[in-house]
Amino acid sequence: MSDATTQPRSNTSAGTISGATIRADEAAHFGKLAKDWWDPKGSSAMLHRLNPVRLQFLREAIDLHWACDIEARRPLAGKSALDVGCGAGLLCEPLARLGADVTGVDAAPENAAAAAVHAEGAGFDIRYIAGEVGALDLGTFDLVTAMEVIEHVADKRAFVAALAARLAPGGLMVLSTPNRTPQSRLLMIGAAEGVGLIPRGTHHWDDFITPEELDALLDEAGLDMGEPRGIGFSPAKGLHLSDNLALNYIVTARAR
Amino acid sequence: MTDKRDLLILGGGLVGMTLALAAAKKGLSSHLVDRADPASLTADGFDGRASAISTASWRLFRHVGLEETLEPHGCDIAAIAVLDQMKRGRLDFRPEPHEGTLGRMFANRQLRLALHEAAKKEPLISWHAPVEVLSRDRSEFGVSATLGDGTVLEAALMIGAEGRGSPSREEAGFKMASWDYSHRAMITGLDHSKSHENIAWEIFYPDGPFALLPMLDGPDGQHRSALVWTVDEKDAAGVLKLSDRAFLAEVHKRMGDLLGELTLNSSRSSYPLSFQHTAKIVEHRLALVGDSAHGMHPIAGQGLNLGLRDVGALVEVLDEALRLGLDLGDAQVLAKYEKWRALDSLMVMGATDSLTRIFGIPGKTASAVRRLGMAGIQRTSWLKAFFMNEARGVSGDLPELLKA
Ligand SMILES: Cc1cc2nc3c(=O)[nH]c(=O)nc-3n(C[C@H](O)[C@H](O)[C@H](O)COP(=O)(O)OP(=O)(O)OC[C@H]3O[C@@H](n4cnc5c(N)ncnc54)[C@H](O)[C@@H]3O)c2cc1C
Repeated sequence: MSDATTQPRSNTSAGTISGATIRADEAAHFGKLAKDWWDPKGSSAMLHRLNPVRLQFLREAIDLHWACDIEARRPLAGKSALDVGCGAGLLCEPLARLGADVTGVDAAPENAAAAAVHAEGAGFDIRYIAGEVGALDLGTFDLVTAMEVIEHVADKRAFVAALAARLAPGGLMVLSTPNRTPQSRLLMIGAAEGVGLIPRGTHHWDDFITPEELDALLDEAGLDMGEPRGIGFSPAKGLHLSDNLALNYIVTARAR
Repeated sequence: MTDKRDLLILGGGLVGMTLALAAAKKGLSSHLVDRADPASLTADGFDGRASAISTASWRLFRHVGLEETLEPHGCDIAAIAVLDQMKRGRLDFRPEPHEGTLGRMFANRQLRLALHEAAKKEPLISWHAPVEVLSRDRSEFGVSATLGDGTVLEAALMIGAEGRGSPSREEAGFKMASWDYSHRAMITGLDHSKSHENIAWEIFYPDGPFALLPMLDGPDGQHRSALVWTVDEKDAAGVLKLSDRAFLAEVHKRMGDLLGELTLNSSRSSYPLSFQHTAKIVEHRLALVGDSAHGMHPIAGQGLNLGLRDVGALVEVLDEALRLGLDLGDAQVLAKYEKWRALDSLMVMGATDSLTRIFGIPGKTASAVRRLGMAGIQRTSWLKAFFMNEARGVSGDLPELLKA
């Protein structure tokens, strides 16, 4: 049985955690949602393509931070991980494969429910919770990730502080987000959303945050930011880690 | 308890079997399924063919631990000599001593014996043969195959390695570009009085190549080569009906006294030749390897080598997926494999196909062009280097497992 703990029908985003499993009639609905999320050609196509790139960065960061064997299959064994803005679990499931005890949080109850349905099908024991990370009493985690989330958050300072509060001593945080540059404006909003790679209305360019701004916010929260890497695109390589931060970047942070 | 594994490999031929072993070295478990009885596959006389194993393929065998078993059975190819019929003008590919050999020749039977022995010992391989596959299923979270006795085998990723007629490829509905060469290869083993001096001969006739591949001496010191003689399909029946003596006389006509007196040392067999290629080699939780992804004319002896490069690339991509925590059936993972292999197989197949076409045109002018072409290639050292690297299999973006 899945131990999914979600609040599928709650309309308020910051719900309390309920232990209720998903009702059968709703499972079908969330199953459909999950199918779409997990369809590599569906509306999350871009996320599917981003995923290996993020994971490559993440794996390197994990190996460095905990001095793991780079060939190890389960470098996160014995560690806990929290993915904030988990969607349907595209990152949570790889983290679970890498050995972590994973918790996924998403403000949209539908997403958390879809993630739980998918995890059950795939045979993962992942805890999914609907709500705002700042409003939930979750405890702390060795690894905290928030990929492509901060650009959607109104109060970025409070959000970063909430993430920092979830980080266990000696823990590692990894964040990714689009940069606020003329190039990202053109690509993320004009091109990518225009040709349907990203659903329309996903992004508001003004809400994007630069690496310098993120650094300052992390600093305020008592965290040191690592060297950011860009996520670039080229027709030959597809999406890949690069030194060009203009479009999108990914970065580590750890407690001072 | 179901025994869900990482890979469900359908087809345990040379390619599927090597894949299972290479994957196991990376910690990937597999179900390896074949409809043929392993004992019959290694019986004397089942597969009289020999394969040229390129330097790169040899490294893959070494990585999977077959070096010791195979080493004594390989015959080095020191040079490849190309002739236009028996005319003047010979094109030689002979690497400098420090460049190593162009590969080595193995009897397919020896390759199979070594692979079977290793597979039996490998705990990560669950080998099911001979069995019949009744149905295949690829669903959201995994794949399965139902066997004749009702057993259901489950895994994360299905691999189609069933050779040219691959039912998993057919089921996936991949469109194949294919054409029949309407030619047939006559295969047999020859004993000959002169030493082959480790030279592989490719003698081109309008019907196709006549190839002599150096093999190790026989138990009584007989010099040996493997013959692959391509004949037009319309003449094939006639050639097949020839008595051994008449057959040898035909063979002698085509190679003269290159290797001295000839006798047959195995039964004669024949294979129809065709070219087939599919641009798509992956689908939802399915990847094709070996002849199921690309069948080809055996002129340059690249079929098995190409399949082994598939193995190297796929295992590397899957290993990376494991490192990143990705599902082995993840679409991005499979797309990477497909992209990597697409260019390579087209290049090799293009080269093989155009070689046949260059040498396959009848008539005087064509022959002059062919000879000119050969003299041209003889002079152009970089072209020679290219051909030699192709024969060695070391050109292009090589998978790690095929590197030194
Ligand atoms: C005349 C000739 C000469 C050649 N010479 C060379 C050479 O010198 N060098 C070289 O590199 N290559 C050569 N090749 C090509 C080479 O033999 C092939 O590329 C290679 O054997 C392909 O291996 P495979 O494992 O992909 O397919 P196969 O060898 O065809 O193996 C397929 C396996 O799948 C099994 N199978 C089939 N259908 C099913 C099913 N429905 N269910 C379960 N199992 C099934 C079969 O029993 C078999 O074991 C030559 C080919 C020919 C025809």
